[in-house]
Amino acid sequence: MKILVFAEQRDNKFKKPAFEAVRAARTIADQLGGEVIGLVVGGAVQSIAPALGGYGAAKVAVAEDARLAMYSPTAYASIIAAAATAEQAGVVIFPATAMGKDLAPRVAVKLDAGLASDCIALNVEGGEMVASRPVYAGKALTSVKVASAVKVFTLRPNVFSAGEAGSAVAPVEKMTLALSDRDFACVVKEVKQSSGKLDVAEADIIVTGGRGMKGPEHFALIEQLADAVGGAVGASRAVVDAGWRPHEEQVGQTGKTVSPSLYIAVGVSGAIQHLAGMSSSKYIVAINKDKDAPIFQVATYGIVGDAFEVVPAFTAEVKKLLGKN
Amino acid sequence: MKLAVCMNHVPDTATKINVAADGMTIDKTGVTYVISPYDEFAIEECLRIKEKSGGDVTVVSLGGDAHKESLRKALAMGVDKAVLLKDDSVRDSFAVARGLADYLKELAPDIVFFGKQSVDYDNGAIGVMVAEMLGLPSVSVVVKLEVAGGKAVAEREIEGGREVLETTLPAVFTAQKGLNEPRYPSLKGIMAAKSKPIEEKPVAAVPAKAAASGMQKPPAKPAGKIVGTDASAVPELVRLLHEEAKVI
Repeated sequence: MKILVFAEQRDNKFKKPAFEAVRAARTIADQLGGEVIGLVVGGAVQSIAPALGGYGAAKVAVAEDARLAMYSPTAYASIIAAAATAEQAGVVIFPATAMGKDLAPRVAVKLDAGLASDCIALNVEGGEMVASRPVYAGKALTSVKVASAVKVFTLRPNVFSAGEAGSAVAPVEKMTLALSDRDFACVVKEVKQSSGKLDVAEADIIVTGGRGMKGPEHFALIEQLADAVGGAVGASRAVVDAGWRPHEEQVGQTGKTVSPSLYIAVGVSGAIQHLAGMSSSKYIVAINKDKDAPIFQVATYGIVGDAFEVVPAFTAEVKKLLGKN
Repeated sequence: MKLAVCMNHVPDTATKINVAADGMTIDKTGVTYVISPYDEFAIEECLRIKEKSGGDVTVVSLGGDAHKESLRKALAMGVDKAVLLKDDSVRDSFAVARGLADYLKELAPDIVFFGKQSVDYDNGAIGVMVAEMLGLPSVSVVVKLEVAGGKAVAEREIEGGREVLETTLPAVFTAQKGLNEPRYPSLKGIMAAKSKPIEEKPVAAVPAKAAASGMQKPPAKPAGKIVGTDASAVPELVRLLHEEAKVI
């Protein structure tokens, strides 16, 4: 069986979840017997393609066209479906990034395939693939079997390990593209970066402030700690709804679901919709005055104390450790 | 402008979720159901487009009779017409999308809105699937939208920023928090909604392609460690993070 992996790149650089997806596909292929084929789509991306070999791709299909330098949901989906058909892929895997989540449903319909989104595990049981995925923002987990001939999965970033890059270089095959104007009905005209800030969805460490920060002016403390640990700033729903922080930073059931290596919750009580969005983090630190706050039930380490004293000390101690002073 | 918005009826996000005795679905005892939060942004955006450019808004939901409660709320917010595609079975994303797409094909709206995901199964797939089934372009996770001259310019959230997309119409959009601030139904709206009919339509059965074979609660976290009660505990906390967890 062949597994096609959409390896997302932006600005001619692979996103880490692309490597994670290739490696996860390799693990499945090792169990079921099969071949992993990477797929790279973009303006001029051929030179980066062979590196997918280091994560387990046997070859890489490249779709290059100047018009593909900017993301187009319609054109990218047409290319991915065409590649899956040409390769007779039985499985198509995407990273569950903004782009992967946008493409997978469209590709699934084109291939008449069932889709399991945002999977946190892919296993083989009795020769069949079984995906584990969170529902209700992680309040429960489901096991999903895809019954259709072609199966589509998206994999949650930061959950599957990409492992170390091996030295293997994958051969590259350029696709012959047949794109019409109709494929470009919808296309990106501009990308607006948010001033170099690390996004909570991509961060390996997140420092989240809650209502216990008492006001937007005190988020400087959160930002300083985030800077010291090299993490992103997150926010609870209460804080976003109060207008203290932008909604892009919101973690929880109506914000982003995250699983960083380290999640530091400061002045966050731990409402059920917040816990749903972050409790799969590998290590959780809670700093809260209220010893009965539900956040302590999911925390690996806690300090029951005043954030205004603990956080500056935390920042200073981390800087000392990392020699940032 | 003909506008359609697809909506789901889901457990409130403040609800505790327990697995039912069947080991496949949730225990519905004592669960409060609401319009899926992202669908509220979708409804609000349709109402705003209508207020600016004229037209009418149809809200569609696929599910059982219980969905009428949320459809009624959408009517109270100001939606013109509500349609229930009546179905009591458990469907996967593909089967829900097929049911909605079959109805929307008949309706032929200029704009179809969804929430970016339904906060029950969280697949985030149905809106884009419907777009593909209807042969329409789509922009998902939209935080800003401008519609003019048979085209739309939409901003969608991506990691670390936004993409600005231009699309032809008709098109499908899925709404993200931040797109707008949904209105509360007015008393007048609530009264008016009581007398508005909810049209019921049958919907063809579609076999599931991605079937859940079981549902479990996530494994419980082992009990954590309270390191201290003030700033004096910080050095020990940092030591644990550095030496035990190895994350700093």
